Amino acid sequence: MKEFLLVFRRDFTTKELQLSPEQMQAMMKPWQDWMGSLAAQNKLVSNGNRLNKEGKVVKPGSVVTNGPYVEIKEAIGGYIIVRAADLDEAAELAKGCPVLQIGGNVEVRQLILE
Amino acid sequence: MEQQELIPHLFRNEYRKIVAVLGKVFGFDYIETAEDIASDTFLLAAETWGQKGIPANPVAWLYTVAKNKALNHLKRDALFTKKITPAIKHLSRQTDPEEPGIDLSEKNINDSQLQMMFAICHSSLSVEAQVGLSLRLLCGFGIDEIADAFLTNKETINKRLFRAKEILRTEKVAIELPGSYEIGQRLEAVLTTLYLLFNEGYYSTAVNSTLRQDLCVEAMRLNYLLVENPSTDTPSANALLALMCFHASRFEARTGQDGEAILYDDQDESLWNSELIEKGEYYLNRSATGSQLSKYHLEAAIAYWHTHKQDTPEKWENILQGYNRLLQIQYSPIAALNRTYALAKANGIREGIAEAEKLQLTGNHFYYTLLGELYKNLDREKARGYLLQALSLARSPTDKGTIQSKIDRL
Repeated sequence: MKEFLLVFRRDFTTKELQLSPEQMQAMMKPWQDWMGSLAAQNKLVSNGNRLNKEGKVVKPGSVVTNGPYVEIKEAIGGYIIVRAADLDEAAELAKGCPVLQIGGNVEVRQLILE
Repeated sequence: MEQQELIPHLFRNEYRKIVAVLGKVFGFDYIETAEDIASDTFLLAAETWGQKGIPANPVAWLYTVAKNKALNHLKRDALFTKKITPAIKHLSRQTDPEEPGIDLSEKNINDSQLQMMFAICHSSLSVEAQVGLSLRLLCGFGIDEIADAFLTNKETINKRLFRAKEILRTEKVAIELPGSYEIGQRLEAVLTTLYLLFNEGYYSTAVNSTLRQDLCVEAMRLNYLLVENPSTDTPSANALLALMCFHASRFEARTGQDGEAILYDDQDESLWNSELIEKGEYYLNRSATGSQLSKYHLEAAIAYWHTHKQDTPEKWENILQGYNRLLQIQYSPIAALNRTYALAKANGIREGIAEAEKLQLTGNHFYYTLLGELYKNLDREKARGYLLQALSLARSPTDKGTIQSKIDRL
């Protein structure tokens, strides 16, 4: 079994796409059900962290900017680590991620463990 | 109570107290002496009471005899030491019989048991050794009873306990509460041991149901000592005690007249012990402080919702979320299966089946029992197929009986 990082990204800048507190609350159950599902399959290695949407980017020459961090609107909202046989299986697991229901995406990357 | 009932009863309750207090005095170097004195005391009781009748206060009788035996031993030991090492002055002072102080008051019994608990749960011992030694020194279980509980033989247990005591001696483990820094760390191991002790009684396949119930009662008694002492009265300790109370409340309801297991759905809830449920709620409330959410908190919350017999969306949603979080802390196949059952109850049968099929716990009869259960109202033939598969994998007569009755009821 290999380990994979699942990185959740979504648009944190466009005003119309932001979630209301009620919508955020309503996202709790699908997230917990999805994480519980991975854990029940013994495929969750780490439940990772959620990230605050505020952040800074440090560039060469002491240049510090606020987000967006790259030339895309999406920013990282959180990550977890899962266990899977290969990249395809890891991507299959990522298909259930609730971030996909709110316009986000999941980047799947294998961890280099040695 | 007749003598033939009284002595085993007293042995069960008093042997361990005498061992804890004397063990505290003698230390692990001479722990066997403490055990021997306690055993000799009961041997003498059996002989004397048989001839002269039961004394007015049997417990006081036992304590006096144990105390005198211990003091005589210390005196002999001290005289011996004085003869061969007259240079050591502080030991010779112990010839005064009052000096070593054998205190069999309730407070000192509790303190000694608590200290013994922490000493036994030392990191140098395996968890199995910790549980075994706890059963022997803290619960007063006989070697054959411990062997029954672990489904093994007496020689194995004797060897295991002997080795465990050797390790505690080599490591020079003192029978005392560790300092406040270490107490948190060691408490973790103490709670694990109590949790296993309780589960051994609650879920074990050992046939003797009295023994099983005793294991649970002992685990609860020791856990109670923890929450009674300010330095060990932590949220996790309260959560574990709450969990045990909720489970224990179903003792009467979960076994039928012929010792057969009665599943949760079929239990007569009027047999649930409401006093224990209330106690569980009390400790669950006490556990709700601090920021740490331990697995005991989650398991206690799940058990709390199980004390509501009626199916409500709220009940199953809470149980599901409890299992979701529990599995993120620690995976276990049984939690995965229970989570899937709760998911089917909360989110619907079809989603439950889809999730169940992802588990692929194909060597586990509970897995096929779950699939059979989920399919029973959708596809009877499929349900029967799964239950037959479960039946062929199950080994204990209790499990086989449970599955067979499910097949019969399809």
